[in-house]
Amino acid sequence: MVEILDQLLAPLSYAFMQRGLLAASIVGVLCATIGCYVVLRSMAFLGDALAHAVLPGVAVAYLLGRNLTLGALAAALIVALGVGLFSRRGTIKEDTAIGILFAAALSLGVVLISSIRTYAVDLSHILFGNVLGVSVSDLWLTGVLGLVILATTIVCYKPFLVISFDPVLAATLRLNAEFFRYLLLVLLALTIVVSMQTVGVGLVAAMLVTPAATAYLLVQRLPAMMALSAAIGGLSSLVGLFASYYLNVASGAAIVLTATLLFLLAYLFAPWRGIVWERTRRQTPG
Amino acid sequence: MNPGTHPPPASRTLPDEPATLELEGVDVSYNGVPVLEGLTFQVPHGASLAVVGPNGAGKSTLFKALVGLLPIRAGRILIHGRPLGHHQDCVAYVPQREEVDWHFPVTVSDVVMMGRFGQQGWLQRPSKTDREIVSASLEQMGIAGLADRPIGELSGGQQQRAFLARALAQQPHILLMDEPFTGVDFTTLEITLALLEHLRARQVTVMVSTHDLNLASERFESVLLLNRRLVAHGSPKDVFTPPHLSQAFGEKVLFLDGAIVVDECCPPGEELEEWSRS
Repeated sequence: MVEILDQLLAPLSYAFMQRGLLAASIVGVLCATIGCYVVLRSMAFLGDALAHAVLPGVAVAYLLGRNLTLGALAAALIVALGVGLFSRRGTIKEDTAIGILFAAALSLGVVLISSIRTYAVDLSHILFGNVLGVSVSDLWLTGVLGLVILATTIVCYKPFLVISFDPVLAATLRLNAEFFRYLLLVLLALTIVVSMQTVGVGLVAAMLVTPAATAYLLVQRLPAMMALSAAIGGLSSLVGLFASYYLNVASGAAIVLTATLLFLLAYLFAPWRGIVWERTRRQTPG
Repeated sequence: MNPGTHPPPASRTLPDEPATLELEGVDVSYNGVPVLEGLTFQVPHGASLAVVGPNGAGKSTLFKALVGLLPIRAGRILIHGRPLGHHQDCVAYVPQREEVDWHFPVTVSDVVMMGRFGQQGWLQRPSKTDREIVSASLEQMGIAGLADRPIGELSGGQQQRAFLARALAQQPHILLMDEPFTGVDFTTLEITLALLEHLRARQVTVMVSTHDLNLASERFESVLLLNRRLVAHGSPKDVFTPPHLSQAFGEKVLFLDGAIVVDECCPPGEELEEWSRS
């Protein structure tokens, strides 16, 4: 028994593993919390687009010798606000605006990165994360941004709930729905940038959507959904990272696959909403 | 959100109180198309008013303008003598069909509690008073037993009652209901009519749009006949005259031996579609 525990704790003796675990859990919790609004407001496509939009920002920051995270942040914010502006006038639908900006930003990122010869190796780190390469300063940035994002989500719980559930009530309460929509976009952009190092821009959409969708199947109220989603996100990160250590596979992918496994279990066995439950209810009427 | 509380209803019955609701030459457009033109009328405090007119007359548009969902192109709207926007929680609005996400993870009592958000701070938890108001509202609309059910699991009539309960929990000075009697079950109809009586006793101004001219003349003190402009405003007896009805409904109104028949039973939902885009 003690031996198994020792084995489990063995990776923790490495400082890089400790930092990685901490960063991955913070990111797991963050993505899963903001992800509830992504799922409920059908913003999955936007989340994916924002994630890819950070590429040119990273490349430009690298060319200028600046902090890559700040470059990513600037790019994500520009695209988030750009999507809001393009679709606000109603001449272009939001998903079309996202599609245009998404592809343009990704292409620009690839063009810029391919022009930097020495940088080609790191592209895979941006796309799929490099959780074991988290530095102490990265960890600080993740922690501080994470706290800001979570605090904003809690403070703005009521306005976010009202603009998401019933825009008409938001108007009669004189809530500035436009402002809160943008705020949500900014929080989403921040979350994605924070997640870049752990799961990478290619997989962050999964961390936004999968734990939240799992929680949606299991509970029936928004606060419970957010708490459960955060727990699932954190757990997936921990389990996934340990699995990647023992199986020697890519950590970001292992985290996403763990979250997916939990989703499949909930999809099958969730009370009320799961497939198995529905089948048995149909077979035993009454 | 406003932390203040409303004065008790009694203090709002003073004779020198300005009219609860005044419109002066109000024009409203929808998507650039003018819908309402030159609307001028006053609704005294505590009145119950039926808004009647053919499909496309602008009944829903009027309500949306009153709650600030549509901008006013000309004229002005005054509530308690002050322009719109100063009274964030004194107007409650129950649309024809709620355009909410029915799969959202909220229970019926969560929905009704949202009616209290206008009186709460952002981080403030519901007070004892808030919870009492919510359960009284649920009780009154006959859905107290469904309080913990997800909103999406309710029947259409029950959902409408949940949103009426939320409007009640807002403790509004003015309540706007868009077609609350169209396509609802008998229980919902009865409870909604009882709600009208309850609100009248509490001196809440109520404006209800309806296609049911009988109901409008039997259950309301006054009627506003609308067809993109104001056709008539007054007691049902004064408003429902053949000339007025012909003016509002045109060819669709028939006069048969003293009975008035309007050949337009149910709204085809065109006023609903107005909002489906947003």
